[in-house]
Amino acid sequence: MTAGRQGLGHDPNSPGGIGSCPAPAVSLRSVSVSYRENIALRDVTLDLDRGDFCGVIGPNGAGKTTLLTIINGLGRIISGNVSVLGEQATGANFTRLRRRIGYVAQQERVDPRAPISCFEAVLVGRCGRAGLLRRLKREDHEQARAMMELTRTFHLAARPVGQLSGGEARKVALARALVQEPEILLLDEPTSNLDPRAVRELGDLVVDAFHRFKLTVLMVTHQLDHLPPVANRIIMVRNGRVTYCGDRSVLDQTSVMSELFDAA
Amino acid sequence: MPPELALIWKPLAAAVLGGLVCGVVGVWVVLMNIPFVGVAMSHAAFAGAVTGLLLGINPLVTAAVFCVAASLLIGPMAERADIEPNVSLGIIFSVVLGFAFLAIGLMRGPRAEALNLIWGSILLVSARDLALMAAATGAVLLFLGLFYKELQAVLYNREIARAVGIPERALFFAMLVLCGLSVTANLSTIGGLLIFSLIVNPPSAAYQLTYRLKTMYLLSALFGVLSCLVGLFVSWLTDAPAGAVIIITSSAVFGLCLLLSPKRRAAAKGRGARGEGRGSEARE
Repeated sequence: MTAGRQGLGHDPNSPGGIGSCPAPAVSLRSVSVSYRENIALRDVTLDLDRGDFCGVIGPNGAGKTTLLTIINGLGRIISGNVSVLGEQATGANFTRLRRRIGYVAQQERVDPRAPISCFEAVLVGRCGRAGLLRRLKREDHEQARAMMELTRTFHLAARPVGQLSGGEARKVALARALVQEPEILLLDEPTSNLDPRAVRELGDLVVDAFHRFKLTVLMVTHQLDHLPPVANRIIMVRNGRVTYCGDRSVLDQTSVMSELFDAA
Repeated sequence: MPPELALIWKPLAAAVLGGLVCGVVGVWVVLMNIPFVGVAMSHAAFAGAVTGLLLGINPLVTAAVFCVAASLLIGPMAERADIEPNVSLGIIFSVVLGFAFLAIGLMRGPRAEALNLIWGSILLVSARDLALMAAATGAVLLFLGLFYKELQAVLYNREIARAVGIPERALFFAMLVLCGLSVTANLSTIGGLLIFSLIVNPPSAAYQLTYRLKTMYLLSALFGVLSCLVGLFVSWLTDAPAGAVIIITSSAVFGLCLLLSPKRRAAAKGRGARGEGRGSEARE
């Protein structure tokens, strides 16, 4: 299932990446997830190379968000193995691994009266890296400022984080994820409920960050036109199963897309 | 020391310590939107104390045991997807209340000591009570100072805090345990049934006035201390039950802050823009 990238690919027969090739960014082996009686993901096996921009597509309730959350350990698997950045992910080391994974959640609703500013919300992204019992330093504040400037949100720094528009909130969430200096960036429906201009702006920011920081990106969406052209890998999810993992040419196959969304 | 001062310094110190610690832990309870934690904790402490009286054990020890047990139950239950957090808290509340009434019913002889735990008696606070309150307050402030940035992240959004690599579950449970210990420490002064209001009212009042977390902590602690001092003073003057006056004062402070709140318009504007009510993203 892997699609090798120059200098970043790995031997598909060696999922752990042993040898001179770097390990895949994400490696799932027979992973299943259930919420009580509902099976959210069934027996998923896939590898994602470092440097991939991967679009995760599928209808609502297919298991796309669950796929993202098992990569950063927010979701719990009932069977299988998850390796992230070359490390077998377990409960014990996930807290450390998460510091290398940026995450923009689907919708971060915040009370408009909540006593936290946008700048403080972005700084939250530095807390994990800084470690317990350590104060955030000037470099952390400078990094937060830099990421807010990159995402064009620094003018919102003092505003309460609950008083942002949808587009502003997604950009601030992106700044918070980038301030972690992640190697993997997980985006869960980042463009949903945004107007076309905000979708375009956010897409440009994500692509800019992808190139600038040499990230591995997984972007969940059910709006295919929101996937940027730079997305080189597509994962199709339906009824908790990964039905396709390969290059983006599949997006042009109308029959496949119709089957994916119409069969839901 | 003049005799009047010798009489009043302990209640004054208790008022300051009680208001301070309840004001701080109340910020956690209010921002995590789990006010029922205060109810469950205060009733657990009350149930533990009367059980201790029934068994001839130091009631503060059993109150602390019940509170810590309740907090360790509340944490995992609040995280279960199939039970609403407020439902699990309601269940714990009913269980501890059942224990409390059972223990009172089984007591023989006068029940004045048990009933005192309901209302508290700040004017009769002992040196041992004060020492316990000082220890609880110190523990809470130390925890807040050591983990301020992590607590801010958890209060902002538990899911995001976990996603950036903060051990938020451990911190959440520690907050609940400290909340329980604070309730226990104030049991004999404020009272098991009334302390819930002192945990919720001052931070709710502070919440109306500021968009800064540090200011909210300070205002909440200030309102807590102010409520206790006013309650003490009125009780001293009129012989009214101090705990009741403390709660009425803290409620009045909340009402005043709500009236003067600059946030009311912002909240209405925000809800209007989004077409939704208050949401807790941590439990999306």
